[in-house]
Amino acid sequence: MLRDQDRIFTNLYGLHDWGLKGAQARGDWDNTKAILERGRDAIIEEVKNSGLRGRGGAGFGTGMKWSFMPKTEGVRPHYLVINADEGEPGTCKDREIMRFDPHKLVEGALIASFAIGAHASYIYIRGEFVREAEHLQAAIDQAYDAGLIGKNACGSGWDFDLYVHRGAGAYVCGEESALIESLEGKKGQPRLKPPFPAGVGLYGCPTTVNNVESIAVVPTIMRRSASWFTGLGRPKNSGTKLFCISGHVNKPCNVEEEMGIPLKELLEKHAGGVRGGWDNLLAVIPGGSSVPALPKSICDEVLMDFDSLRDVRSGLGTAAVIVMDKSTDIVRAIARLSRFYKHESCGQCTPCREGTGWMWRLMEKLVRGESSMEEVELLEQVTRQVEGHTICALGDAAAWPIQGLIRNFRSEVEKKIAGRSQSAA
Amino acid sequence: MPKLTIDGREIEVEAGVTILQAAEELGIEIPRFCYHERLAVAGNCRMCLVEVEKMPKMVSSCSQPVGEGMVVHTNNAKVRKARQGVMEFLLINHPLDCPICDQGGECDLQDQAMTYGGDRGRYQEEKRAVEDKTYGPLVQTWMTRCIQCTRCVRFITEIAGTPVLGGLHRGEHMEISKYVDAALSSELSGNLIDLCPVGALTNKPAAYTYRAWELKKTESVDAMDALGAAIRVDTRGNEVVRILPRVNDDINEEWLGDRSRFAVDGLKRQRLDRPYVRKDGKLVPASWGEAFAAIADRLKGLPGSKIAAIAGDQTDCETMVAVKDLLAALGSANIDCRQDGAKLDASVRASYLFNSTIAGIEDADALLVIGSNPRKEAPVLNARIRKRYLEGGFKAAVVGPKADLTFKHEWLGDSAAVLADIASGKHPFLEVLKAAKKPAIILGQGALSRDDGAAILALAKKIADAAGVVAEGWNGFNVLHTAAARVGGLDLGFVPGQGGRDVAGIVAGAASGDISAVFLLGADEIDTQGLGNAFVVYLGSHGDSGAQRADVVLPGAAYTEKSATFVNTEGRVQRTQLAIFPPGEAKEDWRVVRALSDVLGQALPYDTPAQVRARMAAVNAVFATQNVLASAAWGSAFGSEGPLSDKPLASAIDNYYMTDPISRASKTMAECTAAFGEGCGCNQKKTGTHG
Amino acid sequence: MSNDEMQSFAFTPENLEKAKKIIAKYPAGKQQSAVMPLLDLAQRQVGWTSQAVMEYVAEMLDMAPIRVQEVVTFYTMYNQKPVGKFHVQVCTNICCLLRGCDGVAETAKQVLGVEWGETSADGLFTLSEVECLGACTNAPMMQVNDDYYEDLTPETTQAVLEALKRGETPKTGPQNGRQFSAPEGGPTTLTELTFVPAPLGASNSKGEKA
Repeated sequence: MLRDQDRIFTNLYGLHDWGLKGAQARGDWDNTKAILERGRDAIIEEVKNSGLRGRGGAGFGTGMKWSFMPKTEGVRPHYLVINADEGEPGTCKDREIMRFDPHKLVEGALIASFAIGAHASYIYIRGEFVREAEHLQAAIDQAYDAGLIGKNACGSGWDFDLYVHRGAGAYVCGEESALIESLEGKKGQPRLKPPFPAGVGLYGCPTTVNNVESIAVVPTIMRRSASWFTGLGRPKNSGTKLFCISGHVNKPCNVEEEMGIPLKELLEKHAGGVRGGWDNLLAVIPGGSSVPALPKSICDEVLMDFDSLRDVRSGLGTAAVIVMDKSTDIVRAIARLSRFYKHESCGQCTPCREGTGWMWRLMEKLVRGESSMEEVELLEQVTRQVEGHTICALGDAAAWPIQGLIRNFRSEVEKKIAGRSQSAA
Repeated sequence: MPKLTIDGREIEVEAGVTILQAAEELGIEIPRFCYHERLAVAGNCRMCLVEVEKMPKMVSSCSQPVGEGMVVHTNNAKVRKARQGVMEFLLINHPLDCPICDQGGECDLQDQAMTYGGDRGRYQEEKRAVEDKTYGPLVQTWMTRCIQCTRCVRFITEIAGTPVLGGLHRGEHMEISKYVDAALSSELSGNLIDLCPVGALTNKPAAYTYRAWELKKTESVDAMDALGAAIRVDTRGNEVVRILPRVNDDINEEWLGDRSRFAVDGLKRQRLDRPYVRKDGKLVPASWGEAFAAIADRLKGLPGSKIAAIAGDQTDCETMVAVKDLLAALGSANIDCRQDGAKLDASVRASYLFNSTIAGIEDADALLVIGSNPRKEAPVLNARIRKRYLEGGFKAAVVGPKADLTFKHEWLGDSAAVLADIASGKHPFLEVLKAAKKPAIILGQGALSRDDGAAILALAKKIADAAGVVAEGWNGFNVLHTAAARVGGLDLGFVPGQGGRDVAGIVAGAASGDISAVFLLGADEIDTQGLGNAFVVYLGSHGDSGAQRADVVLPGAAYTEKSATFVNTEGRVQRTQLAIFPPGEAKEDWRVVRALSDVLGQALPYDTPAQVRARMAAVNAVFATQNVLASAAWGSAFGSEGPLSDKPLASAIDNYYMTDPISRASKTMAECTAAFGEGCGCNQKKTGTHG
Repeated sequence: MSNDEMQSFAFTPENLEKAKKIIAKYPAGKQQSAVMPLLDLAQRQVGWTSQAVMEYVAEMLDMAPIRVQEVVTFYTMYNQKPVGKFHVQVCTNICCLLRGCDGVAETAKQVLGVEWGETSADGLFTLSEVECLGACTNAPMMQVNDDYYEDLTPETTQAVLEALKRGETPKTGPQNGRQFSAPEGGPTTLTELTFVPAPLGASNSKGEKA
């Protein structure tokens, strides 16, 4: 088990002062100038070496992403945009960072911006997080007052401005290009790629979009070194991770653990185990609503990291672990997600706009026991018709949970259909 | 230059080209709905998905730039399956109402469904219904048919520059709508109908009156303004059902103004379909013979100096050359084609042409508009200017009416005195023009038709010379005409000859009795009631003010009813084609003149179109060829210095929708006037493009 | 209140100052970025984003009104019609579903006497069903105006709503006494470290609000 000394988010539960003094007492803002003095390339190299993979879901190498930015600033300024539009069902980790450890994010924003040559950064926080935005703004104000950001941030000679931008209720804005569109004052409709944000991003300028957690861990990595970070977890899946454990466990919670921790250990050690005992487990969605649910047989052994979960045809996603015990109507649970995706589809591209509604309606039919096996087959085909054909990943995210349901929980699906033929009989 | 392989064929294309464009070069057509080559790429319909080897997902070929070594498959099983999937999605909420849909037979969705559609629907759930919108008298909406491709939104925002359409709500509830109570007040709104790939936006005035496949299509040229846009006249029987633009990148790209498109019902109304002769103060039907006899009777013995002719705004060149020859034979030099009194100088061709050419305006980097509202006078040209503005690095200013022109410009006021200041360098805009590589001036008829028109023309030339508007390989001096007939008239020298009277002189002469007989060739915009006791012969298509004043009415053909020559504002000689026959006893106008010349004992020496056109070419060599632009010589002086009026400079057009006998007879245009005001968004809420 | 009844809108002087500060956060010429915060500010002033609000914001930011309407209709947080003094938004997404949001929803409907999307007769409450609000380990939960109420049961749901009805300010956050998102009964981690203790109410060290 991860030792407390190796935990990054030491105020995860809000037990301590989240303000500047408290943050400094926990080691934040400790000679940040020295970190910046190592220079852009060294910072990017360190983050690359740490193996940090993006914590927002896709798991793309953070250092690698930074290295896509132009090496020198041309006529177009560079921007760092921090994705705090946390909305993936099951996920509530960035919220804790922003309300209880906001200075980690502010300091990380400075270091990351410096590394990619940005003098300005926007934190796009979901609109419903009103109180979290207040904490974040307060922390930013404190950092300005203390000279940690603003002109000549931390005495580094680097000017840096940081702004909070509140969203207004749209899951799709968690997609980086939709987020940029939204930040520009438009509907949050994902852009076509290419061009990628590193070339043409916010206001048409080179932009890096990173998740809150990815940015907030950077100062600690810089202080404790890449090798410390890679010493945790497994190769290519290094470091610590915030896990959000929800659903049918005895004690739902957020917790920071080592990457690669066995799922079972994670649940039993921190969440009080599955309600009714491990054998009462039906399914776990290991990485937020977009990834396929795993049956107990896989949960028994699987490790919680990007590659392990990919190997079992699911994903680490945002590390939001949604637990379902045997009392769960998993068809209804997945149907609820289908409704969510239908509701959150931006409506721009055909397969997602039309497919999410169709999938949801077929799922509802299934929930009501009004489906046939042929219709389940049709549903499967519709998910394939959406998957891989859309502008952004929302279409895939809508398709995968259903595919996981049909693949891994066929007996639950068949029960629904059997119920129908019984009632028909 | 990246080299790639598409469907097994290698091709080398310029970097930045998309897969779809590269495929097109190979003659491989990729289906699409949202993609349109003149609009920003949206990539939303997903119909153009292709497989690129080594890429994890299929890509939309309309947005994916080519890459070196790419191996693309546009039509393998995987691609076809993906498109079938997209097609099925598009159809699940699309009504199955093709039999009653006006788009039927020319519908992209219908066409593609033949290739990619299934033979039955698998969607058993509730279908979506979307409330229709009110887009005004021209565009009918059937929003349930909409496939959300956003072409209309992009057109109205990008090309038309009147952003009133948008996609509201999201997901499956996303619907195209206009802003709450804004009017769809664009002079280009009809293009939305062409752009809509389905039957969501259809031709409202023509609703339910045709099926696309039963229409006869005649390629022709527009005569409703001076641009001479390429059009297609769709007819059934002897009726024009609709007019559509054709592609002509030199003039209209593929757009058409609403008046040119929708005034077609005016071709059927108020038509002169037989000759009339005034008896006892009333016009009574007459035979051609009676009408000619009445004219011969009144002209007998009249000296040429007492006879005059005025050509209107839609008079073709054949007619003008015939009338010019006839009046010369009768000894008259009293002819004029400038019924608005514009002080155009027919002796210097460059002084009355849009010299930069219409397409050439896209090369200009600074523009001074004088006494013109190009949005009202030539909306398609205005869209070109906007296109240029959107590219950036374009400075524009207006001396004239203040208006939302859809391109950013500085308004320098509406006083002609400003022009003198610019010409003398007192006004800083001269420096802007000077600093430009290709500065341009657009001089409107609103400036030239004033009393001080000649002085303004001289000032415009002075500015042009001072600012380097005319240089090696570039002539940015542009006169923007509003009448299809005008340049042709000037080219034929349909202006007063030695000692002849101009329009004002003719009208004054008629009033005073010095002029005894006046031929009006579709000329309705002069003071027809001020012609005193003169004997008036009206030759034209419509019972407008000229015919009402006439003593003899000779029914002519509208531009859709004859093969006739017009010269556009650039100086481009073009020919309309006969799409239907003139109504009743009406005839091609020049033939009427030819027949009349016999009766008057002055038989004109041409009997066939080829002969009359040979005569035109003899008068001016420009008529020897069609569709060719020769640059006109600059240098000689034109205009004349003189005092400037302090009257504000205005546009030549008050109401975009009603400018000529055809559009004045059109019910549709009357409805537009009621709904949209006089054009240019004057009835409209702010669109965000002001300033 | 309808669009017809709200013929015009303008920011209060205080909000106008705020609006200027918001616009200044974005580069010159990119003022359109401020559309979302300005709509939010206007909604805080009058409760919803009426046509007058849209046109005011459009004018202020030099946008076409249709672009503002697109934004208003795209995002869920803009009220396109007036709402009650308390906008009660109950999450019914998967994590809340698994932990009993049905009971929370039922209770809310009963206590307030309304169905989804309706406003109570006294105009105090509007009840909405919403998607995941990002407090999943504290499910089930609801948001009332700017605050989250978490770890709800039918009983605590009723208690919170009744308190609001009485004009009281119920304690926000977990309603079962747990420490935010720590496991019930106390954290399993971060017990070996000691730092500066948090001031009461886990507020900040520099003023309550930004």
